[in-house]
Amino acid sequence: MEQTLFIIFAVIAVASALNILIQRNPLYSALSLIVTLASLSALYLTLHAQFIAAIQVVVYAGAIMVLFVFVIMLLNEPKDVPHIEKHKWLRYLAIPFAGLLIAEMFYALPLDKQIAFPSIPAEQADTAVGTTWNIGTALFTDYLLPFEVTSVLILMAVVGAMVLARREGD
Amino acid sequence: MINYVPILIIFIFAVGMATAIIILSRLAGRNRPTREKLMPYECGVEPVGTARERQSVKFYLVAMVFLLFDIEAVFLVPWAVVFPRVLSDPAYRTLKYLFYGEMMLFMVVLFVGLVYVWRKGILEWAAK
Amino acid sequence: MIDQLLGWAIQILITLFALVTAVAYLTFMERKVMSWIQLRVGPNRVGPWGLLQPAADGLKFIFKEDIIPLEANRWLYIIAPAVSVVPAMMSLIVIPWGSEIHLFGRTIPLHVTQMNIGLLYVFALTSLGVYGIVLAGWSSNNKYSLMGGLRSSAQMISYELALGLAIVSVLLWTGSLDLVEITKSQSGTWFGFIPRWNIFRFPLGTFGFIIFYIASLAETNRTPFDLPEADSELVAGYHTEYSSMKFALFQMAEYLNLITAASIGTTLFLGGWNGPGVEQLPILSLVYFVIKVLVLIFIAMWIRFTLPRFRYDQLMRFGWKWLLPLAIINIIATATLLIFIR
Repeated sequence: MEQTLFIIFAVIAVASALNILIQRNPLYSALSLIVTLASLSALYLTLHAQFIAAIQVVVYAGAIMVLFVFVIMLLNEPKDVPHIEKHKWLRYLAIPFAGLLIAEMFYALPLDKQIAFPSIPAEQADTAVGTTWNIGTALFTDYLLPFEVTSVLILMAVVGAMVLARREGD
Repeated sequence: MINYVPILIIFIFAVGMATAIIILSRLAGRNRPTREKLMPYECGVEPVGTARERQSVKFYLVAMVFLLFDIEAVFLVPWAVVFPRVLSDPAYRTLKYLFYGEMMLFMVVLFVGLVYVWRKGILEWAAK
Repeated sequence: MIDQLLGWAIQILITLFALVTAVAYLTFMERKVMSWIQLRVGPNRVGPWGLLQPAADGLKFIFKEDIIPLEANRWLYIIAPAVSVVPAMMSLIVIPWGSEIHLFGRTIPLHVTQMNIGLLYVFALTSLGVYGIVLAGWSSNNKYSLMGGLRSSAQMISYELALGLAIVSVLLWTGSLDLVEITKSQSGTWFGFIPRWNIFRFPLGTFGFIIFYIASLAETNRTPFDLPEADSELVAGYHTEYSSMKFALFQMAEYLNLITAASIGTTLFLGGWNGPGVEQLPILSLVYFVIKVLVLIFIAMWIRFTLPRFRYDQLMRFGWKWLLPLAIINIIATATLLIFIR
């Protein structure tokens, strides 16, 4: 059952991710990305990470993608205007980077097997892994410093966004 | 995880129902298109200009600020779930001031962000 | 396994059927309430007291011409109503409509499923509701539609924050995201006569409810926050170009969102299905829930026909400079109070 669901959603995630690259219209790409994020959220559910699954939709599909869609609409680029590529060599840079990513994946795969996952009986898995309580207690005790630093990071992002957006015009 | 399967069922039903309704109205309704009927509606006059114009950057700024405060809200949720249990559970009771203090610190930092945005006039829609 | 899937499928079908009928009659209720407030009679021709009006409206919608503007982005224009209505329908499965009933020797809970992140699930679907409106506005290729879509999404995201933070202040009392648990935590009374509903946790719970209610009006695009549709300036906003059942789907999504908002408000603040005599006669719980939801919806309609519309800059100022800081202060005050009393 879980295996089947995993395969279905994995296929949807990969297919919609490819669709992002294929589409010429940026709005279609953004919509494909939303589908990808939603199916990733379903994958989190099959991993018993309910809280992360919900947050994935709230933050990525609900907030970050709204920002993307806004930007696409604000620019509203007219169709059929060919772009002049200023930096042609940049596209060739993609090849070594892609190679690097693939190499990294092959490096990480064997590492994965060495990590000892805690063995949890199947009937307890629902309450043992991804509940809000588990994440909350871990976040506010063991990962206290990263959590507090996050607030400063968000503050910096607020200031940065304002400075960048207001540089021109007024 | 079995409790989450109905999400899939209702998704299938909802998509099926919406599709059926859209197809139904296509088939059942009459279809006599004319050029005037298919023009963008602009109160009966010829449309002026195009809808594909650039929009105000204010929308982008609001979305940006929303994104950042949404992340704050996301951190508040697990805290709000854990906090009452920390207060009532003897095993965690000693940590109650830690839980209280760290979130207050977090919120104060973000409140500074809100004040900054406020002072910069991002939240002011109409030009003064 | 198959048995359980079938059970869910039946429960979901019943819920969907009941809610779609409810939506049809809400449009009727809205017109009746409007006519009473404006000292008119309202629809009274189709059936006794006009009760068959929704059926007539539905039939009329189906046989209307389905128009796709020439300059529209065809594909997005067609799927936008579906994108709008699907999340609205999906949030129905976690709402606890009642306690449980005994039927054919079985105990059937009056909610489709129970999730320990139920509230976040509804919140996630609410945040997806923006896309249908934005897509409709953009794909119509009409100035009014685009403006309505953009305004609507900016408004929805602004008030979503206040809504989320008002919910957080309830979580501090209940300590659970499970809507069934939240309802159960509000059973019983204080001093023997005040129900233990979160709204009666004066003053902070009451305050949280007011913030929640205002923000949910803005989330569902109701007056005084109906700027996306502002008839007098944007014709009808994002659905100006839509006709036939596609238009009806947007209406359905809007009313479903109103029902969801009122149901969540009832569950979080008005004690859900709790009320006197629920233990003896479980079916009463469903009645109490429906009455409470209808009261919240009626107030929304009352507000609609009483208050004028906000101006856009006033709306943004109110959301960001009043509602959001007040919601944050409410959370801080609740947490501080909890530290002292527990």
